[in-house]
Amino acid sequence: MRRRGTALAIYAIAAYLFLHLPLLILSIFSFNASRFTVWEGFSLHWYSAALQDSQLTESALNSLIIAIAATAVSTVVGTLCAYGLWKRNSRPLAGSLYLSLVTPEIVTGISLLAFYQWIFRFLRVQLGMHTVILAHVSFSIAYVVIVVIARLRTVDATLEEAALDLGANEWQAFRYVTLPAILPGIIAAALLAFTVSFDDYVITSLVAGVNSETLPMVIYAIARRGVNPVVNAISALIVVGFGALVLVSERLQRA
Amino acid sequence: MTRLRAWFLAPTWTAQIALFLAPLAIILGYSLLTRGVYGGITPPWTAESYQRLIDPIYLAILWRSFWVAGASTALCLLLGFPLALFISRAERHKNFYLGLVMLPFWTSFLVRTYAWMFLLRDTGLLNTALQKIGLIHSPLPLLYNDGAVILGLVYGYLPFTVLPLYATLERLDRSLLEAAADLGAKPWTALTRITIPLSAPGIRAGAILVFIPCLGAYLTPDLLGGGKSVMIGNLIQNQFTTARDWPFGSAVSLVLMAIVMVLLFVIARGEGESLL
Amino acid sequence: MERVLELRDVSKHYPGHHAVNGVSLSLARGEFFALLGPSGCGKTTTLRMVAGFEEPTQGEIRLNGSTIQHLKPYQRNVSTVFQNYALFPHLSVRDNVEFGLRRRAGNHIADRVRGVLDLVQLAGKESRRPAQLSGGERQRVALARSLVLEPDVLLLDEPLSALDPNLRKQVRAELKAIQRRVGITFLFVTHDQEEALSLSDRLGVMNKGRLEQVGTPEEIYLQPSTRFVASFLGAVNWIGEVGVRPEAMRIARLPSTNGHRSRPATIVRSTFLGNCVHVDTRLSDGDPAVVEVSRLGESFAPGESVHLWWEPADELRFGDLHQGDVHSG
Repeated sequence: MRRRGTALAIYAIAAYLFLHLPLLILSIFSFNASRFTVWEGFSLHWYSAALQDSQLTESALNSLIIAIAATAVSTVVGTLCAYGLWKRNSRPLAGSLYLSLVTPEIVTGISLLAFYQWIFRFLRVQLGMHTVILAHVSFSIAYVVIVVIARLRTVDATLEEAALDLGANEWQAFRYVTLPAILPGIIAAALLAFTVSFDDYVITSLVAGVNSETLPMVIYAIARRGVNPVVNAISALIVVGFGALVLVSERLQRA
Repeated sequence: MTRLRAWFLAPTWTAQIALFLAPLAIILGYSLLTRGVYGGITPPWTAESYQRLIDPIYLAILWRSFWVAGASTALCLLLGFPLALFISRAERHKNFYLGLVMLPFWTSFLVRTYAWMFLLRDTGLLNTALQKIGLIHSPLPLLYNDGAVILGLVYGYLPFTVLPLYATLERLDRSLLEAAADLGAKPWTALTRITIPLSAPGIRAGAILVFIPCLGAYLTPDLLGGGKSVMIGNLIQNQFTTARDWPFGSAVSLVLMAIVMVLLFVIARGEGESLL
Repeated sequence: MERVLELRDVSKHYPGHHAVNGVSLSLARGEFFALLGPSGCGKTTTLRMVAGFEEPTQGEIRLNGSTIQHLKPYQRNVSTVFQNYALFPHLSVRDNVEFGLRRRAGNHIADRVRGVLDLVQLAGKESRRPAQLSGGERQRVALARSLVLEPDVLLLDEPLSALDPNLRKQVRAELKAIQRRVGITFLFVTHDQEEALSLSDRLGVMNKGRLEQVGTPEEIYLQPSTRFVASFLGAVNWIGEVGVRPEAMRIARLPSTNGHRSRPATIVRSTFLGNCVHVDTRLSDGDPAVVEVSRLGESFAPGESVHLWWEPADELRFGDLHQGDVHSG
């Protein structure tokens, strides 16, 4: 048994290396002075290039605005939905949310594009930041519902009954008893929605307008043309940034 | 309480109907119309787009998508199972090990796909290193083929098998293994005749969680497959951008959706909606 | 005597089964009333209907004369002590107790809170969180939280079942003392007959949704109106259609005279229980009978032939086996 334990441990190490090395290597080479995959010395050159590229910074700002707006809306809507479903399940709604989670992104994206184009016959609107934000709200809600409902399931259902018994009405029971208990879960869900929105490429690329390029779209365009160390630098920043957010989110969900 | 609850569910219903269900209905409609001269759609109503799918070119794409997704799923299960086993057997720090698996997943799918471009290109790290050591003399074409796509998908979705497998293994009754040992079974026998069969729910869950996104993958085959490894997702995207054949693109999308729903129904039957 | 709470023919039907079937009850002000029965008998459902968490399918519930069965829980002047206490984990003891008061305008909140915490002997622990309290302390917070609202009726859903058995007796006594002090009507639900008998002024025995008998503890124990009530409240030996409690039986070597009822029996075994001895016997027709005797009395060996005797007045006879007639005491 001991021998198998060691074999398993060795395998686990290899598996973890497989999962983490690519990103680590990418990050290390973001400090490479040369643009080739031969190490030629430590340099922050690519980071400063990235921060000075106006296309990159503008698109990053767009991504940030979209993510914040989409997160704010989807967190509120998703939390209310999770609470409603926790009280009593609605199979149609749960089914629809589940379906939206398993639908391939490309299908969601093109269907939204078709939907927008159809609407634009009646409204004089174009593709732009708002269409992207709406799209992001749409797919983020399901993630928020999952996280918040998981948190709600740890809450004692009789607590709200006790609140009603003591004179609070339904809204007050939610506000003063349940909401404080699930707040860490709500924040965790918001962080999750933020990372999902910031990172989205497929849907965004289809419904974004000309002036609403996001960071993933720019990265994609550069990567498409080949390897560029600037992308390494941005990638390293994104990995560290997201990693931190996710760690905080995990910690909160465990609180 | 029902009135308050209805208000709580209303915004989500609105979002779902307006931004998910209605768009799906619209492309259902588009799939039955004809391609306009400059793109877009015009009447008459026709099922021609669906009929075109029978063409060998498109069937080949469908077949490739299935085989790539299938290979990726199988590899994810094979590679993920021992890892899940390791974590479930760990005495301490289980959450740490789990977190270590999930962490890469939450840090930008785009970046992680790009990482493999960086490693596999002709002038990428792997080729450069191998040439430097002298193992090869000219770069291996590691990128822009089905293999690279599978590698990218496995890398991207491996955590999706580790989690459900771990959950199932955790719930495994240890006393069953003790009973097996007591009855004379060697560790390998116990693994193959008890642990693995009892992990079936986790295996099923992991298979669905990987196969379906892989089937509809777009980014990975696009970046890692170049134009050489066209899957359904690429075909659909192409119809809505370059080819401007919305009815056909819609038809392909709906066929993909139908396949996904059939798979879910067949495999997930009995699992229930464990997520929601 | 004022009737503070009245249930008139209250029923709760679910598709497939009747949780509560035609229960009628009336409680006097200041009374400690216990609703006793096995799990699934409908006692908790009845309590929840009074509290407002379930609505009766038919029947009326009146509080101080006004019908309340359609009112929401927060519109009724009743308060519930839940089985798991349902203390708000994110609030301190003081905030938990204050919770109901804040919904109402009022002065002297701090005084009232302090007063009720003194009553349940939790003074000094106001800033603790529920997680930092023992089970018994949590129960007292739940009690204080409801008492401070001065409800017309206090509903208690098996409040002692979550406590350690050794703690229960002590908490029982404290609960009774508190009720006497505040004079509020208590409606107490339990499946433990010792609790019901020791705490209540009157009790009602429920079975399968029906109220089988209502009366004082003595009436219910000594004059049960159905077989179910008889066997639920204590042990019964059934000699044919007649029941005799173990403590009412005696064992003698010779058949008894003096107008006692008597039966021959064989000793099976004696079990020493500390404060008494239970003697298992077998009657001549094969039925078992358990006799409770003092440990200071004679001892009997297995296999011995003896005679069991009892007073005719101690016999429990039931006119018919049909359960469902309600006998009010």
